[in-house]
Amino acid sequence: MEYVIEMRNIRKEFPGIVANDNITLQLQKGEIHALLGENGAGKSTLMNVLFGLYQPEQGEIHVRGQKVNITDPNIANELGIGMVHQHFMLVEKFTVTENIILGNEPTTKGQVNLKTAAKEVESISKQYGLSVDPNAKIEDISVGMQQRVEILKTLYRGADILIFDEPTAVLTPQEIKELIAIMKKLIAEGKSIILITHKLKEIMEVSDRCTVIRRGVGIGTVDVANTNEDELASMMVGREVNFSIQKKPSEPTTDTLEIKNLVVEDARKVPAVNGMDLSVRAGEIVGIAGVDGNGQSELIEAITGLRKSKSGSVMLNGKDVTNWKPRRVTEGGIGHIPQDRHKHGLVLDFSIGENMVLQTYYKRPFSRNGILSIPTIMEKAKSLIKEYDVRTPSESTPARALSGGNQQKAIIAREIDRSPNLLIAAQPTRGLDVGAIEFIHSKLVEERDKGKAVLLISFELEEIMNVSDRIAVIYEGKIVAIVKPEETTEQELGLLMAGANRKKAGETS
Amino acid sequence: MKLLKGKWSAITVPVLSVALGLLVGGMIMLVSGYNPIVAYAALFNGIFSNSYVLGETVRQMTPLILSGLAVAFAFRTGLFNIGVEGQLLVGWLASVYVGLQFEGLSPLVHIPLAILAAGVAGAMWAFVPGFLKAKYHVHEVITTIMMNYVALHVVNAIIRTYLLAPGERTDQINQSASLQSSFLQTVTDFSRLHYGFVVAIIGAIIMWFLLWKTTTGYELRSVGFNKYASEYAGINVQRNIILSMVISGAFAGAAGAMEGLGTYGYMTVMADFTGVGFDGIAVALLGANSAFGVVLASALFGGLKIGALNMQSVAQVPTQLVEIVIAMIIFFVASSYLIHWISNRVNKRGKI
Repeated sequence: MEYVIEMRNIRKEFPGIVANDNITLQLQKGEIHALLGENGAGKSTLMNVLFGLYQPEQGEIHVRGQKVNITDPNIANELGIGMVHQHFMLVEKFTVTENIILGNEPTTKGQVNLKTAAKEVESISKQYGLSVDPNAKIEDISVGMQQRVEILKTLYRGADILIFDEPTAVLTPQEIKELIAIMKKLIAEGKSIILITHKLKEIMEVSDRCTVIRRGVGIGTVDVANTNEDELASMMVGREVNFSIQKKPSEPTTDTLEIKNLVVEDARKVPAVNGMDLSVRAGEIVGIAGVDGNGQSELIEAITGLRKSKSGSVMLNGKDVTNWKPRRVTEGGIGHIPQDRHKHGLVLDFSIGENMVLQTYYKRPFSRNGILSIPTIMEKAKSLIKEYDVRTPSESTPARALSGGNQQKAIIAREIDRSPNLLIAAQPTRGLDVGAIEFIHSKLVEERDKGKAVLLISFELEEIMNVSDRIAVIYEGKIVAIVKPEETTEQELGLLMAGANRKKAGETS
Repeated sequence: MKLLKGKWSAITVPVLSVALGLLVGGMIMLVSGYNPIVAYAALFNGIFSNSYVLGETVRQMTPLILSGLAVAFAFRTGLFNIGVEGQLLVGWLASVYVGLQFEGLSPLVHIPLAILAAGVAGAMWAFVPGFLKAKYHVHEVITTIMMNYVALHVVNAIIRTYLLAPGERTDQINQSASLQSSFLQTVTDFSRLHYGFVVAIIGAIIMWFLLWKTTTGYELRSVGFNKYASEYAGINVQRNIILSMVISGAFAGAAGAMEGLGTYGYMTVMADFTGVGFDGIAVALLGANSAFGVVLASALFGGLKIGALNMQSVAQVPTQLVEIVIAMIIFFVASSYLIHWISNRVNKRGKI
């Protein structure tokens, strides 16, 4: 059998870590081949090797039966390999066509020939059912459309092997459906696809075969038709995975967090949180369900002191903490796993060790009289790394060098270790694989069982339903309903999140 | 070529840049009809051959180290202090003023007091751009450049109005504030070497210690890397921006004190900038913004400048050629990206 791409026994090392060890990947013509692995398992490294960004220490790459030496992305392009990146590489102010031809502009007499290019873009777009307007500006089109522009870019350059790097991470459910249709259309037109993902559902839905890697080692390739999600998950993680969280019924006691009539304005001075009442009791997890942009971010920022609230009050253990500064709030007993781990959660150029003491560096034992005790900091980091299974070459590795899941674990280790009375977890599992998600969920439940209050904000209903003891639905800056997960359904939550009135209002506390 | 990447790049890039700078300088000499081997031999002798030039080199290094530290310190906190020149001038004046005004003090009190005054003056001068940046987001590059001109003319006006002595300059400072040392002058065959180099080395140690070993340094670096995460961590971002500029300005002011208390012992009415503050940018760049790197880079630049004098008298090569060499070195450090690119190319050719 001849493969369009065959990567044989690839090995790639980085200082202190073997990112790929003896991995073999064989892509058949006309198939969707999933590449499955945890965060940091080595998926991206493998694809960067294929794309010419890294040179492997060992192993061979064959494209259409020919041994090739891909030393830079241009060679990959010439071989018909195209990558649809997770983070789009588009110029916002340019039109779709301008972005697509960028770096490869067709010219007549030294002038860029936009009209011809636009026509060609349109015809490719039609052929694959992408329905992209070639003259629209990138800044005016949705994220889903932008992704299609990325797909078009590879097709325009003549790619017939497409690599999709976690394409669904940024899409809405509707857009995911459309993307899947597009991928099937691409296959029908004779393209071959490698799909990098850690979402098992998607693999089951679209792919033909699946290659699993774990901690840099190739585990094997399976036919998707002959497997199931559980098997894939255990191949990926190396053990059985619990999809549903094991937890006892909650035993809430007193109010830890009490928010009354809170109003918070967003950057445009529009009230994003508009008269909100909410309480979280010690020993329970309250999940906030809602569509993004209904005041979740502003609510968290107001509680944690990152944004001033306009009116209303925030009480923590009976103490008024409204508009306290972040440090006072932190010392008052709030832990915060921020929504954007790169922006707020970590100083990426600091070592993991330095990041572990981001809120405690000025206190004993990490410093005395303004002098840091670096050995103590590093000892602390070492023990947290071990306890929370943060996979890093060492505690002095820069946070930037870690995979997303391990960065998140580092933040969680830091926040939980301070043992706050109230733990705010904003999208704590975004972009993480099942193993890491399971770990983080169990840590949240563990905190609850210790009698702490947990406030969980997530856009994923499944997560809200699984983890929460109570669900507060947020809509236009207000809590419009409070329900118990066992007494509701995802459908009902979906309706409430869209602003529908609850039929059985007043039935639950 | 692997040395160009990763942790060694902070060393290999500058070293390679210096080599390339000297090479290009040599080519220019050839084209201009000079013998580069003779010229470089003279340059080398002009730095190391006797105790006089060695003393002069160290003297030249002294203010460069401090102004380089000033730029590097601000840069570590994410700020670009182009105002070192102005802060240096006000520091120079302040040190001279203290040197003139106090009499009968022990040198052990008078010298630290004068250096402190210089540091405070530089710090206050840098406070203005820092404050504007922190409170109103005014870009520090613009304000620090403008503050240079303000400093130049304010300093001149003060000297003319209050401190003028014959020769468009101030009086000589009192001996008790002077860093000059007859001992150092005697050992170095009557060069102008003074005790300022001790101050500069202490400055480098202070910068290293402050940045890496204290909670203040932790905060400053954190704010420099990521304002949002710093805010999340409860660090006062605005305060740290101002603090960073103030400390940077204090280093710059101390650089001025080296001239005022050491090399000259007075201050003249300036027709133009000294250039030491601007050279600090180059020194910081070549020294990769580390305290130790700044000392090494200052040694190189100081040496080149002093060696150039010998090059002119022995090989008749104009001193300006050394300016070209220095400019080329900066060019190559700044374009280390280009060097990476070339090395990658070479790598590939080699492998295929």
